Amino acid sequence: MSKEIVIRTNKLTKRFDDFVAVDEITFDVHKGEIFGFLGANGAGKTTAMRMLCGLSIPTSGEAMVAGYDVFKQPDEIKQNIGYMSQKFSLYEDLSVKENIEFYGGIYGLSNKQIKEKSGELIERLGLHNEADKLVSSLPLGWKQKLSFSVAIVHQPKIVFLDEPTGGVDPAMRRQFWDLIYDAADKGITIFVTTHYLDEAEYCNRVSIMVDGKIEALDSPEGLRKTFSASNMDEVFYKLARKAKRSAD
Amino acid sequence: MNAITLNNITKTYNKGTVLAVDDVSLTVEKGEIFGLIGPDGAGKSTIFRLLTTLLLPDKGTATVGGLDVVKDFKAIRGIVGYMPGKFSLYQDLTVEENLDFFATVFKTTIEENYHLIKDIYVQIEPFKDRRAGKLSGGMKQKLALCCALIHKPEVLFLDEPTTGVDVVSRREFWEMLKRLKQQGITIMVSTSYMDEATMCDRIGLILNGKVLSVASPEATIKAYPEQLYGVKANSIYHLLLDLRKYEGTINCYTFGEYLHLSITTNEEQVRKYLQEKGHTDVEFKAIEPTVEDCFIRLLKHEDEQGNSNKDK
Repeated sequence: MSKEIVIRTNKLTKRFDDFVAVDEITFDVHKGEIFGFLGANGAGKTTAMRMLCGLSIPTSGEAMVAGYDVFKQPDEIKQNIGYMSQKFSLYEDLSVKENIEFYGGIYGLSNKQIKEKSGELIERLGLHNEADKLVSSLPLGWKQKLSFSVAIVHQPKIVFLDEPTGGVDPAMRRQFWDLIYDAADKGITIFVTTHYLDEAEYCNRVSIMVDGKIEALDSPEGLRKTFSASNMDEVFYKLARKAKRSAD
Repeated sequence: MNAITLNNITKTYNKGTVLAVDDVSLTVEKGEIFGLIGPDGAGKSTIFRLLTTLLLPDKGTATVGGLDVVKDFKAIRGIVGYMPGKFSLYQDLTVEENLDFFATVFKTTIEENYHLIKDIYVQIEPFKDRRAGKLSGGMKQKLALCCALIHKPEVLFLDEPTTGVDVVSRREFWEMLKRLKQQGITIMVSTSYMDEATMCDRIGLILNGKVLSVASPEATIKAYPEQLYGVKANSIYHLLLDLRKYEGTINCYTFGEYLHLSITTNEEQVRKYLQEKGHTDVEFKAIEPTVEDCFIRLLKHEDEQGNSNKDK
């Protein structure tokens, strides 16, 4: 992991009328880092992530993502990041191959690059027999692996993953993390949210949001020490149960 | 008396081409919390729909509260509460209107069974005039549980009630289930969070439509066939890659802070191998498996059997 900073925020804030969804969050994320972005339902994670992806203009503060300003250059940010969530990922009534081609095209890859990439992806995910099948026929775990691969098809500097493994079985969740490790090893920065706290342990650093603020940010080991906890579940529980906002 | 029985139940979709539930037999005792644990597509939701009389089985018989799911379907609908995996309340009705609707349909009132839902309902009561469609995920889940409980069901079916819910709310949810159990309600619940399995009295591990094991969480863990080790080193990712290449490895995967490892050799030989590979700060300890380890073991086993069958 290098010292190059790919996300930098300073007192980043988002208000909806009187409600402060994200309250002056300040943090850096380094190149190639796996950064876990945790918080209870309603803590403000999704709002913060939307700002970092250039989808929502902050109320105040500063943020640079992949070298671009979230206030002035949201379109450049969108071109330089990857994004995947469980809710929106692939087109169910396109085939595996068509989805890869579609996203390759959207992200401005040439036909030659798309052809190479789609062959490489199908090979790596072991989807030979499924390449021409509709995505809707794939099991959830496979969809999520394909969806992640598609989100990084254009080699973005950062990929944002919003609960990528929700509802996925334990073996498949681990295969998914193999892909994350591999991408991080190749220098892609991973920004990930999850409710599976064992997955927080796989991150280089973890932040925990409570009521719109970042209440803790450290390596998993550092957090366990600070909160005298034996695992991340306990760390999270100690912090999040203090939350005043009702769940969501 | 058994609250739920399934005898050789089979269910297919698409004119028999998709086998969703494959010859499943199990029983759930009255007052028990029974967990159906399995991945997406294993057949959990189909079992829920068969037992709540929303689907007919192709083969086999099943009962809920001693009633037959085919012959007595109307009576079953009066004694079960069902919370589907997908939010299925009326989005255009308010919180209170939804609850009132379900109470009326079951010929009861909110007041009559308020004691059952009180703990949960007080948390969403401040929003009782809000439309259900405008609620957040956590609140929708609480409302759905209230609606499933308002007619005081004998058996409660909860299909992945905690997917996408944070740790704090998940703990609260399980506290609630324990209180419902104390009131004598039988609960069948599915989950993809393996840590929740230990909250159940008994669990059934389900995969590809088949129930692979039914036992208490403790007995499930006890049946784990090998000694399991927790291993950690300076670079966990490279440790994982190297241990997977190691010829004495049966299985190796990430598990929180440590890798979990089962081997055909011994600690000394693994340490030697890791030293040769240049790993430092190696920690190696024998550990107790969790339900998640048992499940991964079963998945791997099924996978290998599946592959070897394909080869034939």
